[in-house]
Amino acid sequence: MDFSNKTALEIGQMIKNKEISSVEITKQMFENIKKTEKNINAYISVFEDVAVKEAEKVQAEIDKGEEISPLAGIPMAVKDNICTKGYNTTCGSKMLENFVPPYNATVVDKLKSAGAVILGKLNMDEFAMGGSTETSYFGTAKNPWDSERVTGGSSGGSAAAVAAEEAIYTLGSDTGGSIRQPCSFCGVSGIKPTYGSVSRYGLVAFASSLDQIGPVGRDIKDCATVLEIISGHDVKDSTSIKDSSFDFSKSFDGSVKGLKIGIPKNYFGEGLDSDVKDSVLKSAETLKSLGADIQEFEMPVVDYAIPAYYVVACAEASSNLSRYDGIKYGYRSDKGDGILDVFYNSRSEGFGMEVKRRIMLGSFVLSSGYYDAYYKKGLKVRGLIKNSFDEAFSKYDMILSPTAPTTAFKIGENTSDPLKMYLGDIYTVSVNLAGIPAVNIPCGFGKNGMPIGMQLIGKAFSEPVLVKAAYAFQLNTDFHLKKPEIVKGGLA
Amino acid sequence: MEINDELITYLEDLSRLKLSEEEEEKAKVDLGKILNYIDKLNELDTTDVEAMSHPFAFTNNFRDDILTGSSDREIILANAPVKKDGCFKVPKTVE
Repeated sequence: MDFSNKTALEIGQMIKNKEISSVEITKQMFENIKKTEKNINAYISVFEDVAVKEAEKVQAEIDKGEEISPLAGIPMAVKDNICTKGYNTTCGSKMLENFVPPYNATVVDKLKSAGAVILGKLNMDEFAMGGSTETSYFGTAKNPWDSERVTGGSSGGSAAAVAAEEAIYTLGSDTGGSIRQPCSFCGVSGIKPTYGSVSRYGLVAFASSLDQIGPVGRDIKDCATVLEIISGHDVKDSTSIKDSSFDFSKSFDGSVKGLKIGIPKNYFGEGLDSDVKDSVLKSAETLKSLGADIQEFEMPVVDYAIPAYYVVACAEASSNLSRYDGIKYGYRSDKGDGILDVFYNSRSEGFGMEVKRRIMLGSFVLSSGYYDAYYKKGLKVRGLIKNSFDEAFSKYDMILSPTAPTTAFKIGENTSDPLKMYLGDIYTVSVNLAGIPAVNIPCGFGKNGMPIGMQLIGKAFSEPVLVKAAYAFQLNTDFHLKKPEIVKGGLA
Repeated sequence: MEINDELITYLEDLSRLKLSEEEEEKAKVDLGKILNYIDKLNELDTTDVEAMSHPFAFTNNFRDDILTGSSDREIILANAPVKKDGCFKVPKTVE
Protein backbone atom coordinates (compact mmCIF):
# COMPACT_ATOMS: atom_id res chain seq x y z
CA MET A 1 0.00 0.00 0.00
CA ASP A 2 1.19 3.49 -0.79
CA PHE A 3 1.31 5.79 2.18
CA SER A 4 3.98 8.07 0.82
CA ASN A 5 1.64 11.04 0.84
CA LYS A 6 -0.10 10.18 4.08
CA THR A 7 0.65 11.97 7.30
CA ALA A 8 1.38 10.20 10.58
CA LEU A 9 -2.13 11.08 11.76
CA GLU A 10 -3.69 9.59 8.61
CA ILE A 11 -1.61 6.44 8.91
CA GLY A 12 -2.57 6.23 12.60
CA GLN A 13 -6.21 6.29 11.53
CA MET A 14 -5.57 3.62 8.86
CA ILE A 15 -4.03 1.40 11.54
CA LYS A 16 -7.13 1.87 13.69
CA ASN A 17 -9.36 1.07 10.71
CA LYS A 18 -7.32 -2.10 10.08
CA GLU A 19 -6.42 -0.94 6.56
CA ILE A 20 -2.80 -1.44 7.43
CA SER A 21 -0.95 -2.83 10.45
CA SER A 22 1.78 -1.26 12.51
CA VAL A 23 3.97 -4.26 11.65
CA GLU A 24 3.50 -3.74 7.90
CA ILE A 25 4.44 -0.10 7.99
CA THR A 26 7.34 -0.73 10.35
CA LYS A 27 8.72 -3.39 7.99
CA GLN A 28 8.22 -1.02 5.08
CA MET A 29 10.35 1.57 6.89
CA PHE A 30 13.19 -0.94 7.24
CA GLU A 31 12.91 -1.76 3.54
CA ASN A 32 13.17 1.95 2.78
CA ILE A 33 16.14 2.22 5.12
CA LYS A 34 17.88 -0.69 3.38
CA LYS A 35 17.34 0.88 -0.03
CA THR A 36 18.33 4.45 0.75
CA GLU A 37 20.58 4.49 3.81
CA LYS A 38 23.80 3.99 1.87
CA ASN A 39 23.10 7.30 0.11
CA ILE A 40 21.73 9.18 3.12
CA ASN A 41 23.36 7.98 6.36
CA ALA A 42 20.50 9.36 8.45
CA TYR A 43 20.88 6.65 11.10
CA ILE A 44 23.64 5.82 13.53
CA SER A 45 21.89 2.66 14.70
CA VAL A 46 18.70 0.74 13.81
CA PHE A 47 16.78 -1.75 15.97
CA GLU A 48 15.01 -3.89 13.38
CA ASP A 49 14.06 -6.97 15.42
CA VAL A 50 13.09 -4.99 18.50
CA ALA A 51 11.03 -2.51 16.49
CA VAL A 52 9.05 -5.21 14.69
CA LYS A 53 8.33 -6.91 18.04
CA GLU A 54 7.27 -3.57 19.50
CA ALA A 55 4.98 -2.99 16.50
CA GLU A 56 3.38 -6.40 17.09
CA LYS A 57 2.81 -5.52 20.73
CA VAL A 58 1.27 -2.13 19.99
CA GLN A 59 -0.86 -3.66 17.22
CA ALA A 60 -2.21 -6.25 19.67
CA GLU A 61 -3.22 -3.47 22.06
CA ILE A 62 -4.90 -1.53 19.26
CA ASP A 63 -6.72 -4.70 18.16
CA LYS A 64 -8.02 -5.09 21.70
CA GLY A 65 -9.61 -1.68 21.23
CA GLU A 66 -7.31 0.19 23.59
CA GLU A 67 -7.22 3.94 23.00
CA ILE A 68 -3.50 4.67 23.12
CA SER A 69 -2.90 7.83 21.05
CA PRO A 70 -3.52 9.08 17.50
CA LEU A 71 0.06 8.05 16.69
CA ALA A 72 -0.09 4.53 18.14
CA GLY A 73 1.80 2.04 16.03
CA ILE A 74 3.61 4.66 13.93
CA PRO A 75 7.32 3.97 13.32
CA MET A 76 9.56 6.88 14.25
CA ALA A 77 13.18 7.57 15.18
CA VAL A 78 15.09 9.59 17.76
CA LYS A 79 18.13 11.85 17.51
CA ASP A 80 21.15 10.13 19.02
CA ASN A 81 21.58 12.65 21.84
CA ILE A 82 18.32 11.53 23.46
CA CYS A 83 18.79 8.64 25.91
CA THR A 84 17.27 5.27 25.07
CA LYS A 85 17.60 2.71 27.88
CA GLY A 86 19.69 -0.24 26.80
CA TYR A 87 20.51 1.24 23.37
CA ASN A 88 23.63 3.19 22.50
CA THR A 89 23.29 6.96 22.63
CA THR A 90 26.42 8.27 20.95
CA CYS A 91 25.76 11.99 20.47
CA GLY A 92 27.56 11.54 17.15
CA SER A 93 30.85 11.30 19.06
CA LYS A 94 33.66 8.83 19.55
CA MET A 95 33.46 9.95 23.20
CA LEU A 96 30.09 8.22 23.66
CA GLU A 97 30.43 5.54 20.97
CA ASN A 98 29.82 2.75 23.51
CA PHE A 99 27.60 4.60 25.97
CA VAL A 100 24.45 2.65 26.86
CA PRO A 101 22.09 4.81 28.94
CA PRO A 102 20.67 3.18 32.08
CA TYR A 103 17.42 5.15 31.65
CA ASN A 104 15.09 6.60 29.04
CA ALA A 105 14.74 10.30 28.38
CA THR A 106 11.32 11.52 29.55
CA VAL A 107 10.30 12.17 25.93
CA VAL A 108 11.13 8.56 25.02
CA ASP A 109 9.01 7.22 27.90
CA LYS A 110 6.16 9.49 26.85
CA LEU A 111 6.35 8.39 23.21
CA LYS A 112 6.49 4.72 24.16
CA SER A 113 3.36 5.19 26.30
CA ALA A 114 1.74 6.76 23.24
CA GLY A 115 2.50 3.63 21.21
CA ALA A 116 5.48 4.89 19.23
CA VAL A 117 7.62 2.25 17.50
CA ILE A 118 11.25 3.36 17.66
CA LEU A 119 13.21 2.34 14.55
CA GLY A 120 16.63 3.59 15.60
CA LYS A 121 18.87 6.51 16.50
CA LEU A 122 19.59 9.38 14.14
CA ASN A 123 22.78 10.95 12.89
CA MET A 124 23.80 14.40 14.09
CA ASP A 125 26.68 16.82 14.40
CA GLU A 126 28.96 15.76 17.24
CA PHE A 127 27.34 16.86 20.53
CA ALA A 128 24.86 18.82 18.37
CA MET A 129 27.61 21.31 17.49
CA GLY A 130 27.29 22.18 13.85
CA GLY A 131 24.93 23.12 11.08
CA SER A 132 25.58 20.39 8.54
CA THR A 133 25.91 16.97 10.24
CA GLU A 134 29.45 16.89 8.84
CA THR A 135 31.04 16.81 12.31
CA SER A 136 29.44 13.43 13.14
CA TYR A 137 31.98 10.75 14.10
CA PHE A 138 29.77 8.33 12.17
CA GLY A 139 30.06 10.04 8.81
CA THR A 140 28.28 12.90 7.07
CA ALA A 141 24.53 12.64 6.53
CA LYS A 142 23.48 13.40 2.97
CA ASN A 143 20.53 15.39 1.72
CA PRO A 144 17.78 13.21 0.20
CA TRP A 145 17.20 15.89 -2.46
CA ASP A 146 20.85 15.82 -3.60
CA SER A 147 23.35 13.49 -2.00
CA GLU A 148 26.20 15.89 -2.77
CA ARG A 149 24.65 18.39 -0.40
CA VAL A 150 24.40 18.55 3.38
CA THR A 151 21.25 17.82 5.36
CA GLY A 152 21.86 20.80 7.60
CA GLY A 153 22.26 20.22 11.28
CA SER A 154 22.68 19.44 13.91
CA SER A 155 19.51 17.29 13.62
CA GLY A 156 20.43 16.36 10.05
CA GLY A 157 19.49 12.70 10.50
CA SER A 158 16.11 13.69 11.96
CA ALA A 159 15.19 15.82 8.94
CA ALA A 160 16.73 13.52 6.31
CA ALA A 161 14.99 10.41 7.67
CA VAL A 162 11.58 12.07 7.32
CA ALA A 163 12.36 13.43 3.83
CA ALA A 164 13.73 10.05 2.66
CA GLU A 165 10.76 8.19 4.22
CA GLU A 166 13.03 6.26 6.56
CA ALA A 167 10.72 7.25 9.45
CA ILE A 168 7.25 8.79 9.56
CA TYR A 169 8.30 11.35 12.14
CA THR A 170 11.37 11.95 14.31
CA LEU A 171 12.65 13.84 17.31
CA GLY A 172 15.43 16.37 17.05
CA SER A 173 16.90 18.93 19.41
CA ASP A 174 17.38 22.64 18.82
CA THR A 175 20.01 24.75 20.59
CA GLY A 176 20.50 27.41 17.91
CA GLY A 177 18.44 26.22 14.96
CA SER A 178 19.29 22.52 14.97
CA ILE A 179 15.72 21.43 14.22
CA ARG A 180 14.58 24.30 11.99
CA GLN A 181 17.61 24.63 9.68
CA PRO A 182 17.86 20.93 8.66
CA CYS A 183 14.07 20.89 8.21
CA SER A 184 14.48 23.85 5.88
CA PHE A 185 17.32 22.12 3.97
CA CYS A 186 15.40 18.82 3.64
CA GLY A 187 11.91 20.23 2.94
CA VAL A 188 10.11 18.99 6.05
CA SER A 189 8.25 20.58 8.97
CA GLY A 190 9.58 21.03 12.49
CA ILE A 191 8.96 22.83 15.76
CA LYS A 192 11.41 24.32 18.24
CA PRO A 193 9.18 24.55 21.31
CA THR A 194 9.20 27.18 24.08
CA TYR A 195 12.09 26.65 26.51
CA GLY A 196 10.89 24.60 29.46
CA SER A 197 7.86 23.10 27.71
CA VAL A 198 9.52 19.77 26.83
CA SER A 199 11.55 17.95 29.47
CA ARG A 200 15.31 17.87 28.86
CA TYR A 201 15.73 14.89 31.19
CA GLY A 202 17.80 12.40 29.20
CA LEU A 203 18.88 14.89 26.54
CA VAL A 204 22.69 14.98 26.52
CA ALA A 205 23.43 18.57 27.51
CA PHE A 206 25.10 20.99 25.07
CA ALA A 207 23.95 24.46 26.25
CA SER A 208 21.42 23.95 29.01
CA SER A 209 19.72 27.36 28.85
CA LEU A 210 19.14 26.99 25.09
CA ASP A 211 18.53 23.26 24.39
CA GLN A 212 15.01 22.03 23.60
CA ILE A 213 13.74 18.76 22.11
CA GLY A 214 11.17 19.06 19.34
CA PRO A 215 9.38 17.14 16.57
CA VAL A 216 10.12 16.80 12.85
CA GLY A 217 7.33 15.56 10.57
CA ARG A 218 5.64 15.41 7.19
CA ASP A 219 3.42 18.36 8.03
CA ILE A 220 2.82 20.78 10.87
CA LYS A 221 -0.22 18.91 12.21
CA ASP A 222 1.90 15.80 12.77
CA CYS A 223 4.50 17.92 14.56
CA ALA A 224 1.84 19.49 16.79
CA THR A 225 0.47 16.06 17.65
CA VAL A 226 3.93 14.83 18.67
CA LEU A 227 4.55 18.01 20.67
CA GLU A 228 1.28 17.48 22.52
CA ILE A 229 2.56 14.04 23.55
CA ILE A 230 6.11 15.00 24.60
CA SER A 231 5.42 18.34 26.33
CA GLY A 232 4.42 18.93 29.93
CA HIS A 233 5.97 19.44 33.33
CA ASP A 234 8.59 16.95 34.52
CA VAL A 235 9.96 16.90 38.07
CA LYS A 236 13.18 15.41 36.69
CA ASP A 237 13.99 18.66 34.82
CA SER A 238 14.30 21.61 37.19
CA THR A 239 13.85 24.07 34.30
CA SER A 240 10.62 22.40 33.22
CA ILE A 241 7.68 24.79 33.47
CA LYS A 242 4.50 23.86 35.33
CA ASP A 243 1.31 23.69 33.25
CA SER A 244 3.32 23.55 30.05
CA SER A 245 1.03 21.19 28.11
CA PHE A 246 -0.33 22.42 24.80
CA ASP A 247 -3.86 22.47 23.46
CA PHE A 248 -3.92 22.52 19.66
CA SER A 249 -7.68 21.92 19.37
CA LYS A 250 -8.23 25.42 17.95
CA SER A 251 -5.22 25.33 15.62
CA PHE A 252 -6.73 23.52 12.66
CA ASP A 253 -9.52 25.75 11.38
CA GLY A 254 -7.38 26.69 8.39
CA SER A 255 -7.74 30.40 8.97
CA VAL A 256 -5.21 33.19 9.42
CA LYS A 257 -7.82 35.95 9.27
CA GLY A 258 -6.87 38.86 11.47
CA LEU A 259 -3.50 37.41 12.51
CA LYS A 260 -0.89 40.16 12.69
CA ILE A 261 2.38 38.97 11.18
CA GLY A 262 5.49 41.14 11.38
CA ILE A 263 8.33 40.90 8.85
CA PRO A 264 11.65 42.24 10.18
CA LYS A 265 13.15 44.17 7.26
CA ASN A 266 16.73 43.66 8.36
CA TYR A 267 16.27 39.85 8.05
CA PHE A 268 16.08 40.33 4.31
CA GLY A 269 19.33 42.19 3.72
CA GLU A 270 22.88 41.23 2.86
CA GLY A 271 23.82 37.54 2.88
CA LEU A 272 20.36 36.25 2.01
CA ASP A 273 20.11 34.24 -1.23
CA SER A 274 17.76 35.93 -3.68
CA ASP A 275 15.69 32.79 -4.33
CA VAL A 276 15.23 32.23 -0.57
CA LYS A 277 14.20 35.87 -0.21
CA ASP A 278 11.73 35.63 -3.09
CA SER A 279 10.13 32.43 -1.78
CA VAL A 280 9.68 33.76 1.74
CA LEU A 281 8.23 37.08 0.55
CA LYS A 282 5.93 35.22 -1.82
CA SER A 283 4.75 33.12 1.12
CA ALA A 284 4.00 36.32 3.02
CA GLU A 285 1.81 37.31 0.07
CA THR A 286 0.05 33.94 0.28
CA LEU A 287 -0.67 34.48 3.98
CA LYS A 288 -1.88 37.99 3.17
CA SER A 289 -4.24 36.68 0.51
CA LEU A 290 -5.64 34.32 3.15
CA GLY A 291 -6.48 37.23 5.39
CA ALA A 292 -3.38 37.81 7.52
CA ASP A 293 -2.32 41.36 8.28
CA ILE A 294 1.33 41.58 7.16
CA GLN A 295 3.49 44.48 8.28
CA GLU A 296 7.18 45.29 7.97
CA PHE A 297 9.20 46.50 10.93
CA GLU A 298 12.80 46.94 12.09
CA MET A 299 14.57 44.65 14.55
CA PRO A 300 18.22 45.75 14.38
CA VAL A 301 19.50 44.09 17.56
CA VAL A 302 19.09 40.68 15.97
CA ASP A 303 22.24 41.44 13.97
CA TYR A 304 24.08 40.79 17.24
CA ALA A 305 22.44 37.43 17.88
CA ILE A 306 25.21 35.25 16.40
CA PRO A 307 28.07 36.68 18.50
CA ALA A 308 25.88 36.65 21.65
CA TYR A 309 24.81 33.09 20.90
CA TYR A 310 28.33 31.73 20.41
CA VAL A 311 29.46 33.34 23.69
CA VAL A 312 26.57 31.86 25.69
CA ALA A 313 26.41 28.47 23.94
CA CYS A 314 30.16 27.82 24.08
CA ALA A 315 30.40 28.93 27.72
CA GLU A 316 27.68 26.49 28.70
CA ALA A 317 29.16 23.77 26.50
CA SER A 318 32.63 24.08 28.03
CA SER A 319 31.05 23.63 31.44
CA ASN A 320 28.68 20.79 30.44
CA LEU A 321 31.35 18.84 28.57
CA SER A 322 33.79 18.95 31.48
CA ARG A 323 32.03 15.78 32.70
CA TYR A 324 33.77 13.74 30.00
CA ASP A 325 36.88 12.76 31.93
CA GLY A 326 37.39 9.18 30.82
CA ILE A 327 36.45 7.78 34.21
CA LYS A 328 32.73 7.40 34.86
CA TYR A 329 31.59 6.72 31.31
CA GLY A 330 32.65 7.47 27.77
CA TYR A 331 35.94 7.04 25.95
CA ARG A 332 39.12 6.44 27.93
CA SER A 333 42.55 6.67 26.39
CA ASP A 334 45.06 4.05 27.43
CA LYS A 335 47.99 6.40 26.80
CA GLY A 336 49.97 7.96 29.64
CA ASP A 337 49.89 6.96 33.28
CA GLY A 338 48.84 9.82 35.58
CA ILE A 339 45.33 11.04 36.30
CA LEU A 340 45.93 14.19 34.21
CA ASP A 341 47.00 12.00 31.29
CA VAL A 342 43.64 10.25 31.53
CA PHE A 343 41.81 13.59 31.36
CA TYR A 344 43.90 15.16 28.59
CA ASN A 345 44.28 12.10 26.39
CA SER A 346 40.70 10.84 26.73
CA ARG A 347 39.28 14.23 25.85
CA SER A 348 41.78 14.98 23.08
CA GLU A 349 41.23 11.59 21.42
CA GLY A 350 37.48 11.39 22.15
CA PHE A 351 36.30 14.80 20.89
CA GLY A 352 36.36 16.06 17.31
CA MET A 353 37.80 19.44 16.31
CA GLU A 354 34.55 21.45 16.32
CA VAL A 355 33.75 20.32 19.85
CA LYS A 356 37.31 21.16 20.98
CA ARG A 357 37.05 24.59 19.37
CA ARG A 358 33.82 25.37 21.20
CA ILE A 359 35.11 24.10 24.55
CA MET A 360 38.18 26.32 24.16
CA LEU A 361 36.09 29.31 23.10
CA GLY A 362 33.83 28.72 26.11
CA SER A 363 36.82 28.40 28.43
CA PHE A 364 38.10 31.70 27.03
CA VAL A 365 34.91 33.73 27.55
CA LEU A 366 34.57 32.38 31.09
CA SER A 367 38.21 32.84 32.04
CA SER A 368 39.44 35.34 34.57
CA GLY A 369 40.09 38.67 32.86
CA TYR A 370 37.74 38.05 29.93
CA TYR A 371 34.57 37.07 31.79
CA ASP A 372 33.05 40.57 31.96
CA ALA A 373 34.13 41.64 28.49
CA TYR A 374 32.79 38.53 26.79
CA TYR A 375 30.49 36.30 28.84
CA LYS A 376 28.70 39.02 30.77
CA LYS A 377 28.48 41.19 27.67
CA GLY A 378 26.92 38.26 25.79
CA LEU A 379 24.33 37.80 28.52
CA LYS A 380 23.47 41.50 28.42
CA VAL A 381 23.01 41.42 24.66
CA ARG A 382 20.84 38.34 25.20
CA GLY A 383 18.69 40.56 27.43
CA LEU A 384 18.47 43.18 24.68
CA ILE A 385 17.40 40.54 22.16
CA LYS A 386 14.71 39.25 24.52
CA ASN A 387 13.44 42.83 25.03
CA SER A 388 13.27 43.44 21.32
CA PHE A 389 11.19 40.27 20.79
CA ASP A 390 8.89 41.33 23.67
CA GLU A 391 8.41 44.66 21.95
CA ALA A 392 7.68 43.00 18.60
CA PHE A 393 5.11 40.67 20.15
CA SER A 394 3.31 43.60 21.73
CA LYS A 395 2.44 44.54 18.12
CA TYR A 396 2.40 41.25 16.22
CA ASP A 397 1.07 37.73 16.82
CA MET A 398 4.13 36.29 15.12
CA ILE A 399 7.21 37.08 13.07
CA LEU A 400 7.82 35.63 9.60
CA SER A 401 11.40 35.18 8.37
CA PRO A 402 13.61 32.86 6.35
CA THR A 403 14.88 29.88 8.38
CA ALA A 404 18.32 29.88 6.76
CA PRO A 405 19.99 32.36 4.42
CA THR A 406 20.68 29.69 1.80
CA THR A 407 19.46 26.33 0.59
CA ALA A 408 21.51 23.22 1.48
CA PHE A 409 25.15 23.80 0.53
CA LYS A 410 27.59 21.28 -0.94
CA ILE A 411 29.27 18.83 1.43
CA GLY A 412 32.69 20.19 2.37
CA GLU A 413 31.92 23.71 1.16
CA ASN A 414 32.01 25.37 4.59
CA THR A 415 34.06 22.97 6.70
CA SER A 416 37.34 24.85 6.48
CA ASP A 417 35.88 28.10 7.82
CA PRO A 418 33.97 27.73 11.10
CA LEU A 419 32.92 31.38 11.21
CA LYS A 420 31.29 31.07 7.79
CA MET A 421 29.37 28.04 9.08
CA TYR A 422 28.25 30.00 12.18
CA LEU A 423 26.90 32.86 10.03
CA GLY A 424 24.33 30.43 8.59
CA ASP A 425 22.60 30.50 11.99
CA ILE A 426 21.64 34.16 11.64
CA TYR A 427 17.84 33.72 11.63
CA THR A 428 17.56 30.94 14.18
CA VAL A 429 19.84 31.59 17.19
CA SER A 430 17.98 34.63 18.54
CA VAL A 431 14.92 32.43 19.14
CA ASN A 432 16.90 30.15 21.49
CA LEU A 433 18.45 33.11 23.29
CA ALA A 434 14.94 34.45 23.99
CA GLY A 435 13.56 30.99 24.88
CA ILE A 436 10.61 31.40 22.50
CA PRO A 437 9.07 28.95 19.99
CA ALA A 438 9.44 28.84 16.20
CA VAL A 439 8.41 26.50 13.42
CA ASN A 440 9.91 25.71 10.04
CA ILE A 441 7.66 24.85 7.11
CA PRO A 442 8.62 24.31 3.46
CA CYS A 443 7.78 27.34 1.30
CA GLY A 444 9.51 26.87 -2.05
CA PHE A 445 12.47 25.56 -4.02
CA GLY A 446 15.69 27.24 -5.06
CA LYS A 447 17.07 27.43 -8.60
CA ASN A 448 19.18 24.41 -7.65
CA GLY A 449 16.03 22.40 -6.91
CA MET A 450 16.68 22.36 -3.16
CA PRO A 451 13.90 23.04 -0.64
CA ILE A 452 13.47 26.43 1.03
CA GLY A 453 11.94 26.86 4.47
CA MET A 454 10.31 29.73 6.26
CA GLN A 455 10.22 30.37 9.95
CA LEU A 456 7.32 31.58 12.09
CA ILE A 457 8.40 32.89 15.49
CA GLY A 458 6.03 33.60 18.40
CA LYS A 459 6.08 34.60 22.03
CA ALA A 460 6.50 31.98 24.77
CA PHE A 461 3.79 29.29 24.65
CA SER A 462 2.25 30.63 21.44
CA GLU A 463 2.79 27.28 19.64
CA PRO A 464 -0.97 26.86 19.01
CA VAL A 465 -1.07 30.15 17.06
CA LEU A 466 2.13 29.37 15.12
CA VAL A 467 0.71 25.95 14.22
CA LYS A 468 -2.59 27.54 13.20
CA ALA A 469 -0.84 29.84 10.70
CA ALA A 470 1.48 27.08 9.44
CA TYR A 471 -1.46 24.72 9.01
CA ALA A 472 -3.44 27.30 7.02
CA PHE A 473 -0.38 27.83 4.82
CA GLN A 474 0.05 24.10 4.21
CA LEU A 475 -3.67 23.71 3.40
CA ASN A 476 -3.21 26.22 0.60
CA THR A 477 0.23 25.18 -0.71
CA ASP A 478 1.86 21.90 -1.71
CA PHE A 479 5.56 22.49 -0.97
CA HIS A 480 5.42 20.07 1.97
CA LEU A 481 3.99 17.34 -0.27
CA LYS A 482 6.84 17.36 -2.81
CA LYS A 483 9.11 14.33 -2.71
CA PRO A 484 12.77 13.95 -3.59
CA GLU A 485 13.63 11.57 -6.47
CA ILE A 486 15.14 9.08 -4.05
CA VAL A 487 11.72 8.15 -2.65
CA LYS A 488 10.06 7.96 -6.05
CA GLY A 489 9.90 4.70 -7.90
CA GLY A 490 9.01 1.98 -5.47
CA LEU A 491 9.36 3.42 -2.02
CA ALA A 492 6.28 3.82 0.05
CA MET B 1 42.16 40.06 19.26
CA GLU B 2 45.34 38.19 18.58
CA ILE B 3 45.63 34.64 19.82
CA ASN B 4 49.27 33.84 20.61
CA ASP B 5 50.92 30.55 21.59
CA GLU B 6 50.70 31.38 25.26
CA LEU B 7 46.93 31.93 25.16
CA ILE B 8 46.34 28.74 23.15
CA THR B 9 48.32 26.75 25.72
CA TYR B 10 46.36 28.41 28.53
CA LEU B 11 43.02 27.53 26.87
CA GLU B 12 44.17 23.95 26.29
CA ASP B 13 44.94 23.69 30.00
CA LEU B 14 41.61 25.19 31.06
CA SER B 15 39.85 22.80 28.68
CA ARG B 16 41.94 19.75 29.57
CA LEU B 17 42.75 19.30 25.90
CA LYS B 18 46.01 18.82 24.05
CA LEU B 19 46.05 19.84 20.41
CA SER B 20 48.62 18.78 17.84
CA GLU B 21 50.89 21.54 16.52
CA GLU B 22 48.90 21.68 13.31
CA GLU B 23 45.61 21.93 15.24
CA GLU B 24 47.09 24.68 17.40
CA GLU B 25 48.00 26.75 14.36
CA LYS B 26 44.52 26.33 12.89
CA ALA B 27 42.90 27.09 16.28
CA LYS B 28 44.88 30.33 16.50
CA VAL B 29 43.45 31.51 13.19
CA ASP B 30 39.90 30.24 13.76
CA LEU B 31 39.51 31.43 17.36
CA GLY B 32 41.02 34.79 16.38
CA LYS B 33 38.48 35.23 13.59
CA ILE B 34 35.58 34.16 15.79
CA LEU B 35 36.60 36.44 18.67
CA ASN B 36 37.04 39.37 16.29
CA TYR B 37 33.51 38.76 15.13
CA ILE B 38 32.27 38.50 18.73
CA ASP B 39 33.86 41.90 19.42
CA LYS B 40 30.97 43.28 17.36
CA LEU B 41 29.00 43.11 20.64
CA ASN B 42 30.95 46.14 21.85
CA GLU B 43 29.05 48.29 19.35
CA LEU B 44 26.04 47.98 21.67
CA ASP B 45 25.64 50.07 24.79
CA THR B 46 24.57 47.67 27.53
CA THR B 47 25.27 49.86 30.56
CA ASP B 48 21.83 49.54 32.14
CA VAL B 49 20.92 46.13 30.77
CA GLU B 50 20.65 43.20 33.12
CA ALA B 51 22.65 40.09 32.23
CA MET B 52 20.23 37.35 31.18
CA SER B 53 21.57 33.92 32.03
CA HIS B 54 18.27 32.17 31.48
CA PRO B 55 15.16 32.63 29.29
CA PHE B 56 12.81 32.79 32.26
CA ALA B 57 13.31 34.14 35.74
CA PHE B 58 13.53 30.91 37.67
CA THR B 59 13.80 30.81 41.40
CA ASN B 60 14.85 27.63 43.13
CA ASN B 61 12.66 24.80 41.99
CA PHE B 62 12.14 22.63 45.06
CA ARG B 63 10.37 19.30 45.17
CA ASP B 64 8.95 17.54 48.18
CA ASP B 65 11.53 15.47 50.00
CA ILE B 66 10.15 12.07 49.07
CA LEU B 67 12.41 9.05 49.14
CA THR B 68 12.79 7.47 45.70
CA GLY B 69 14.98 4.63 44.50
CA SER B 70 18.53 5.11 43.31
CA SER B 71 20.40 3.08 40.72
CA ASP B 72 22.24 -0.09 41.60
CA ARG B 73 26.02 0.04 41.70
CA GLU B 74 26.25 -2.37 38.78
CA ILE B 75 24.08 -0.14 36.59
CA ILE B 76 26.16 2.91 37.47
CA LEU B 77 29.39 1.05 36.75
CA ALA B 78 28.19 -0.59 33.54
CA ASN B 79 29.49 2.27 31.38
CA ALA B 80 32.78 2.75 33.24
CA PRO B 81 35.70 2.21 30.87
CA VAL B 82 37.86 0.75 33.66
CA LYS B 83 36.54 -0.62 36.95
CA LYS B 84 37.73 -2.81 39.78
CA ASP B 85 36.02 -4.37 42.81
CA GLY B 86 32.82 -2.39 42.31
CA CYS B 87 34.63 0.96 41.94
CA PHE B 88 35.78 3.27 39.15
CA LYS B 89 39.46 2.60 38.63
CA VAL B 90 41.74 5.62 38.22
CA PRO B 91 45.51 6.05 38.18
CA LYS B 92 47.20 7.01 41.41
CA THR B 93 46.21 10.62 42.14
CA VAL B 94 48.43 11.41 45.15
CA GLU B 95 52.17 10.87 45.03
